[in-house]
Amino acid sequence: MTVTTIDTAPAAIPTGVARGRGGGGPAPTRIVVAYGFWIFILSDIVMFSALFAAYAVLSGNTAGGPSGRELFNLRNVFIETLCLLFSSYTCGLGMLSAERRQAGHFLIFAALTFGLGAAFLLIEISEFAGMVSRGAGPSRSAFLSSFFSLVGTHGAHVTAGLVWLVYMVGQVLAKGLRAAVLRRLACFSLFWHALDIVWIGVMTLVYLMGAP
Amino acid sequence: MRLPLARSRLYRLVLVGAALFVAACRPVGVLDPQGPIAAAERLVLINSLAIMLVVVVPVIITTLAFAWWYRASNPRAVRSLDVAYEGRIEFVTWSIPALIVILLGGVTWIGSHQLDPKAPIAADAKPLRVDVVALDWKWLFIYPDQGIAAVNQLVVPAGTPVQFRLTSATVMNSFFVPQLGSQIYTMAGMETHLNLLADKPGEYPGISANYSGDGFADMRFTVNAVLPGDFDKWIAQAHGAGSSLDAAGYAALAKPSKAVPPATFGSVEGNLFERIVNETAAGSDNGAAGAAWCPPALQAGG
Amino acid sequence: MLGRLSWAAIPFDEPLPLISMAVVMLAILGVLTIVTVKGWLPYLWREWITSVDHKRIGVMYMLLGLVMLLRGFSDAIMMRTQQAIAVGGAQGYLPPDHYDQIFSAHGTIMIFFVAMPLVIGLMNFVVPLQLGVRDVAFPVLNSVSFWLTASGALLINASLVIGNFARTGWMGYPPLSELAFSPDVGVDYYLWSLQISGIGTLLSGVNFVTTILKLRAPGMTYFRMPVFCWTALASSLLIVAAFPILTATLMMLLLDRYLGMHFFTNDAGGNQMMYVNLFWAWGHPEVYILILPAFGVFSEVVATFSGKALFSYRSMVLATLGICVLSFTVWLHHFFTMGAGADVNAFFGIMSSIIAVPTGVKVFNWLFTMFRGRIVYRTPMLFAIGFLVTFVIGGMTGVLLAVPPVDFVLHNSAFLVAHFHNVIIGGVVFGAFAGYNYWFPKVFGFTLDERWGKAGFWCWLVGFYLAFMPLYVLGLHGMTRRLQHISDPSWQPWLLVAEAGAIVIMCGIFCQVAQLYVSIRTRELRRDLTGDPWNGRTLEWATTSPPPAYNFAVLPQVETIDAFWEMKRRGLTPAQPIYETLEMPRGSPIGVVTAFFASVTGFALIWHIWWMAILGLLGAAVALLVFGWSDDRERELTAAEVAQLERARRGLRQPA
Repeated sequence: MTVTTIDTAPAAIPTGVARGRGGGGPAPTRIVVAYGFWIFILSDIVMFSALFAAYAVLSGNTAGGPSGRELFNLRNVFIETLCLLFSSYTCGLGMLSAERRQAGHFLIFAALTFGLGAAFLLIEISEFAGMVSRGAGPSRSAFLSSFFSLVGTHGAHVTAGLVWLVYMVGQVLAKGLRAAVLRRLACFSLFWHALDIVWIGVMTLVYLMGAP
Repeated sequence: MRLPLARSRLYRLVLVGAALFVAACRPVGVLDPQGPIAAAERLVLINSLAIMLVVVVPVIITTLAFAWWYRASNPRAVRSLDVAYEGRIEFVTWSIPALIVILLGGVTWIGSHQLDPKAPIAADAKPLRVDVVALDWKWLFIYPDQGIAAVNQLVVPAGTPVQFRLTSATVMNSFFVPQLGSQIYTMAGMETHLNLLADKPGEYPGISANYSGDGFADMRFTVNAVLPGDFDKWIAQAHGAGSSLDAAGYAALAKPSKAVPPATFGSVEGNLFERIVNETAAGSDNGAAGAAWCPPALQAGG
Repeated sequence: MLGRLSWAAIPFDEPLPLISMAVVMLAILGVLTIVTVKGWLPYLWREWITSVDHKRIGVMYMLLGLVMLLRGFSDAIMMRTQQAIAVGGAQGYLPPDHYDQIFSAHGTIMIFFVAMPLVIGLMNFVVPLQLGVRDVAFPVLNSVSFWLTASGALLINASLVIGNFARTGWMGYPPLSELAFSPDVGVDYYLWSLQISGIGTLLSGVNFVTTILKLRAPGMTYFRMPVFCWTALASSLLIVAAFPILTATLMMLLLDRYLGMHFFTNDAGGNQMMYVNLFWAWGHPEVYILILPAFGVFSEVVATFSGKALFSYRSMVLATLGICVLSFTVWLHHFFTMGAGADVNAFFGIMSSIIAVPTGVKVFNWLFTMFRGRIVYRTPMLFAIGFLVTFVIGGMTGVLLAVPPVDFVLHNSAFLVAHFHNVIIGGVVFGAFAGYNYWFPKVFGFTLDERWGKAGFWCWLVGFYLAFMPLYVLGLHGMTRRLQHISDPSWQPWLLVAEAGAIVIMCGIFCQVAQLYVSIRTRELRRDLTGDPWNGRTLEWATTSPPPAYNFAVLPQVETIDAFWEMKRRGLTPAQPIYETLEMPRGSPIGVVTAFFASVTGFALIWHIWWMAILGLLGAAVALLVFGWSDDRERELTAAEVAQLERARRGLRQPA
């Protein structure tokens, strides 16, 4: 019995061993890549949880400055949330069409995903700019420091996701939907969905609990 | 010529060794408590150590004994190279540390509650209140009821409990008198609490036990425990002498300085300690930006 | 143009660091010259710098760790000397400004750039071999991890000549580390070097979790994995769960310092104790990130040199995972003196002592592995026994410090310093040395000299006790840590003994350098032709020493724990194997290129040279995008080539 590449699973392992107990030999690349990226996303979520913790500790420390009650606009947050959730939906549809090797459909959904993500980002940037212009910038108080850092880190992730999406569209156009490209798309899709999960946390803990 | 020299060196070495040994046996610092808190803490230390030594000493001896006896060159050693599991032994290996930890857990729980730095010390005498402020790099002691203050010198009546409120006007420090027990952090914008008592008159060294920058090594003070009568005399003396710790005086004092000799202030501006905690005192390095605050999640000592 | 950087940044008035750095620079230049003149550069570039082979990367990690050990140790001996002479009125030879940098650098270097590289280096080399596979899950990422770690190390060493290092202690507690109290570049060096190397470490953790969970030889179920792989898994899981906390915490401090935010400042509502909490929420698991793989090394070493299987394998695994989980529940014991309530303190105190249960179980299991064994005294086994005795003492003083009332009088004292050196030297460092001696023949194909190795061990052991037992005593005397000079003259004898201990440790390091030198000189006499010099039990000994790039031409079929031992016991001689085409990852410069840009960016940010920071970031981004575009990352090794290589190897190999 020989096993040659990490990509091929061995054939002659007793199924009792292979099933569930992880004795089936090295997993195929597709699984390894997605699994590894998933672990990375978990670590990213741990980083966000540290930022959430900091926000929870500091949210009351306004140092005489404005509080969330005076600053947050729930209507904007609602639109932002819709943008992000719909972008996840379109991202999912894009992945499905990519797996069916329907490049055209994929490109349409990718464009929609990008548009929705960019809309989210624009609203967020205008919100930040408005706060800074009202003298409620990140250096005003510990509360605002933690607010800008938490929400801003999420925004930075969305920005990175948009760059990545453009890059992936470029790869799809240049190379087509081959296995390596599909693996990378799967990672992107995991990333984009994870940003939704984080946003749900941000929306609940920061905006809903802090707004009037 | 060489021999006597070698001998005299050896002799000196023996002397130094003996001196070291004697020094090691004479209790000092944490092992020479001068108050009930420090004494109780030493007791917890010795108890915990004893509980653990019951296992640790046999383990070390067994390690060395096994290592020696089962060496490959020992023909008399009985060997069973195939044994990799034995249920009874496994049971013992889990239960011994578990028992020790249960015992120790009891010591920890009781000790933590009895020796809570916030807990007042029961005594006949009325407690003395002292407010402690860590500055760069010296200690300010304010006696709010007596209306005086001292730097790097803490005079207390022996046998009287002392209630400390502590804060910092700069970075974090830790207030610690090894022979009286429990240290506690001093942190800007926060107030911690500590209760200590000196049994008998004497001089006990105090330090900062948390590194705070350039002048840290000299951030020392002396606790003078004196007879109650002498304490009153000292208060009266302090009232008479020394400048006043008003806003300007505090601002001057708060400037960084190293190895500051002990000094007293004959009067203190009211509520100085509260204003330092609230970061509204002049001269505090932390330039207060707004209203008073105290972090709700970590209301230290609160 | 150059931000805060000017000629004033180079400490011309301080001869000590300048001279030492000049010597180091000369040495580096000398090595570079020799390498260039001899024409080794292409070889180094091709086979090492751009290598993605886990074995090569493991070796480079070890090399980095050992070189940084020399740097960290020279800091140590400078501190010991300062404390030994600056007693009473004396100020010693190091002013506070300098001394404070030294102890901060010592701690930072020893944890992040010695202990971590040594541990991750061993994991890199050993784990894929023990799992019976050809590489880690993400070989190129592995190279990125290493070079980012090296980049952090480079920055921290740059602080020696250009500017200065932090004077805050290795924990960098605010508000001392805030701009108001540390306005110079020291803390920025600290922060950026940890951020850059921290990303490398995090990626290593992701890589190893994936490798161990997804890539194992056929038949190697979880409960057939060698214990070292279990500890590597636990350690990597802790990296994934803990390092992001450090990244976030240091990022907050960076935002405070660079953008005027108020996470930990004294003013505007900042909360310094949040830093302390977050720091130790990473910091305590970090302790176990370091010690668990060392436990794994000792498990392998004790079993191999006792000629027995590890006693109670399942207990060992359970204890490892127990420690892994519990390590997240104890962080508050680093600051009982914050003034939290008695309930909180007691809870964290008890949780901390509970960790002693699985640790104690491990000690007992090592003991019972030796019991009725046939113990062969090679250098790794000496380190293992030295570890057992020493670590038990260190563990005991650790539990002692976990009792809050005891901590109230010993917190931050020399006793604490003695405790954590006791577990880190007695545990992590001895573990790394045991692993180094144990796996060296597998790495290079020849064994290390035993005489020098044993001399090194005894020096380290004796030196450790001489250096740190006095500190236990001094802690009880009321001596706190980080004192630039000492007021109480009665402490001097103890400090002199500690200094002597440091010198003995220096002799130990000398012996180890000599060991390496002598072994290389006499390597032809000490060739390991069997691939199995210690009569090993696990799969890494099933292949040749050194292993081929692909580790195993045919992946081994695993049926038990201690798979190789079982193969030898059954006398399995492999039938004429059928080779197939292998796909091997190609070398890639992406690691070193990314790390180059990371170093540039870090340096630029430290000195506020914004244009350079932007260029560096852009460079790194472009490099990653270019790499992300490539598909052709593997090269094929045809069956015929494998067969040829195998014949060549087997020709060398004696029957086991």
